Amino acid sequence: MITSVPSVVAVALVAVATLAIGTWGLRFSRTTSDFFVASRSVRPALNASAIGGEYLSAASFLGVAGLVLVFGADMLWYPVGWTAGYLVLLVLVAAPLRRSGAYTLPDFAEARLASARVRTTCTLLVVAIGWLYLVPQFQGAGITLESTTGAPPWLGAMVVAGVVLVNVLSGGMRSITFVQAFQYWLKLTALLVPAVVMVGVWLGDGRPGPGAGSGGDWSLPLGEGGGQGLYLTWSLIIATFLGTMGLPHVVVRFYTNPDGRAARRTTVVVLALLSAFYLLPPVYAALGRVYGDTTHSDVLVLELPRLMVPGAAGELLSALVTAGAFAAFLSTSSGLSLAVTGVLTQDVFRGTRLTGVRAFRVAAVVAVVTPCVAAVSAPDLGIAKAVGLAFAVAASTFCPLLVLGIWWRGLTDVGALAGLGAGFVSSGIGVTYSLSPYSTTGWVDALLSQPAAWSVPLAFVTMYVVSRATASRVPPHVRRFMVRLHTPEAVALDRG
Amino acid sequence: MAFGWRRSHLVTEADRATFRTLHTASRASPALREGLTSASAERSVRHLRALLGAPALALTDTAGLLAWDGTGDHHSTHCPELAAIAVEEGRTHVAQRSVTCHVPNCPIRYAVVSPLVVDDLIVGTLQAFTPSATAGLVRAADEVATWVSGQLELAELDASRTRLMEAEVRALRAQISPHFIYNSLGAIASFVRTDPDRARELLLEFADFTRYSFRRHGEFTTLAEELRSVERYLLLEQARFGDRLGVTLRIAPEVLPVAVPFLCIQPLVENAVRHGLAEKGDGHITITARDHDADCVIEVEDNGAGEDPERVRRALAGDADLDSVGLGNVDVRLRDTFGDDYGLIVETAPGAGTRVIVRVPKFAPGVHP
Repeated sequence: MITSVPSVVAVALVAVATLAIGTWGLRFSRTTSDFFVASRSVRPALNASAIGGEYLSAASFLGVAGLVLVFGADMLWYPVGWTAGYLVLLVLVAAPLRRSGAYTLPDFAEARLASARVRTTCTLLVVAIGWLYLVPQFQGAGITLESTTGAPPWLGAMVVAGVVLVNVLSGGMRSITFVQAFQYWLKLTALLVPAVVMVGVWLGDGRPGPGAGSGGDWSLPLGEGGGQGLYLTWSLIIATFLGTMGLPHVVVRFYTNPDGRAARRTTVVVLALLSAFYLLPPVYAALGRVYGDTTHSDVLVLELPRLMVPGAAGELLSALVTAGAFAAFLSTSSGLSLAVTGVLTQDVFRGTRLTGVRAFRVAAVVAVVTPCVAAVSAPDLGIAKAVGLAFAVAASTFCPLLVLGIWWRGLTDVGALAGLGAGFVSSGIGVTYSLSPYSTTGWVDALLSQPAAWSVPLAFVTMYVVSRATASRVPPHVRRFMVRLHTPEAVALDRG
Repeated sequence: MAFGWRRSHLVTEADRATFRTLHTASRASPALREGLTSASAERSVRHLRALLGAPALALTDTAGLLAWDGTGDHHSTHCPELAAIAVEEGRTHVAQRSVTCHVPNCPIRYAVVSPLVVDDLIVGTLQAFTPSATAGLVRAADEVATWVSGQLELAELDASRTRLMEAEVRALRAQISPHFIYNSLGAIASFVRTDPDRARELLLEFADFTRYSFRRHGEFTTLAEELRSVERYLLLEQARFGDRLGVTLRIAPEVLPVAVPFLCIQPLVENAVRHGLAEKGDGHITITARDHDADCVIEVEDNGAGEDPERVRRALAGDADLDSVGLGNVDVRLRDTFGDDYGLIVETAPGAGTRVIVRVPKFAPGVHP
């Protein structure tokens, strides 16, 4: 690999800027002597940008283009699902979740079911999903640094983990909505500018289109292999559509909205922002088919500008993309690490001898180091595939809990525990299979590598059946809670 | 044998009986600590009967039956009458004639009725129905009634503590009135001729401020609402003090939706204004609200005369002599709502100003604005 000086500078700049904002940014962002700041809540557009900034991870930035390049248009279901997940969130969850007053997913479980055991289970699930999501982020950082400097992959993972750890310990830039919102626009720019230039180059070259010479398979939206391909595609759709609502770092952002209506408006803007962003990775993939090769699929986005645009201009564009990729790792990892640290401090270290700041620090170290070690030692699955597994777990556990918890009065604590258990075990089998060196072929492989299509219905059915069987345990406050969830704040009524 | 001997030596039969009695009593006490209602009587009467070993036991209020446990249900019709006699006499009595019945095999021949007394007032009776009325049983019934009365008195204490808190919140609302209203109206009056527009604005702020402070419903509000009221308050105070009162607000918009107890910041700001301006004649108030992971941290700081930490400690401990308006009240309400980890933190020293720190979790079960 060639060491690219502008790219190294870009990575260093992003890392330093992130640390600087994390350390000093709090002071800048909050020094105001204006009156009536209290009435200035976070506007939906700003909050939506912040959600986008935190949500668009290495998988979106690097993984999608690589997958589409190698496997073709059926991989577009990843970005489609990651966006459409917010549509499901908008319709079913956003406003009621905000009105419940919950800050985290365990909070919601506790408020709805009044059970400490469900809360603890949800805490463990948040940690599991957070770690599963963090591993590919750190792996992505490793290959990014490898591609730009030739450093060994573990170094990049360590660098990002180190920056994230310092960031979380210093109080966290994450809490500043403005900084996270800026991250979205940085990522968009970092992909958009090189894409525009490269499309111009392609038009000037007069080369054939990306679909030429592939016999049409590349541009088909279904997986190969008949029934199995169809199953894999559907399973992916279910995992991504339903998994978004179960991501710990996304849910906490909704708390910032002043009311349920603002939560809905925020989600609509998020949909627009993500739709705009996800137009770009397929452009890279298509150009990659014309100009690049399919061997280093995950770093295609980073290498393509250099391949297409000769000289210093190409180097600069590469540096810009690298900076965007690094920003993507840092913001998503910081958000996830802080979410995991939060629940560890609150629910795991409470009652131990560790208290206050020390508990928070120990939790932060545990939250960051564990996935970092896993990232270095686990096999590289491809960023987008690994993130897809995290979505499958979230869709099989938190999605049934949220949907049934919000829309069905009959949910009981025992039913929730059973459903969460069934969903976690079944999707967990899939994760274990994907991470293990063991592999097989045929239907078994399909069912295990994309478990969502059977694990999500299984979790829903278990939750429903066990709740019906334990109907006497329906919490007494459920009707009042439902009124709170489903009546707009503007309606004047006694919410108890 | 040796083992049996040691065992009986360590825990005698009498000891074991004592433990059993204490254990039975402890099972009755949580229900009684809720006060004398049919629900609490229902839950405790079983254990009280076990305590006395009577075939049947009833708890009544002064007018009628609350709960019955044991055999011979048909005797429960006698309860109101027996209760009336106990209320009349005010001491334990044994009734025989009024509980006669012709049901075969009914073991009940006597009723031992003891009044339950809370604050020198008879609130109900304990009635033990038995085949015989020995002096020992009468004594035991009397003692159990005294113990139940003690538990009910504790319940009364709990209830009055809650009432006291509510009264204090009402007092906090009222406390804002005399001086502040007089001074604000005076300040507004001074603008009526020179700057009618400002006078009008201030009057509207004043109206909004009082509406919020005197509102009757809801124990909780959002931080945004509370801070809005604080801003109005400070605007009115600034109208009065002019440039002598400087104000800095640094509010992270992320924490505005947090649910907080009603009027939990307002009294702290009033204190700050009073202390900040008291001696030097001009002062600066800084109010910050920060996002801190799952908590929200609010700080109210003044650069005034400061305070002796010992006096603040006493104010927080509930010493009402000190003129720290509502400091103790806010502290107790925060602890009651969120737990002891979330009490007020006051940093102060004579001449060094005062900083009061409030920590509020973003989510607590049952806390809704």
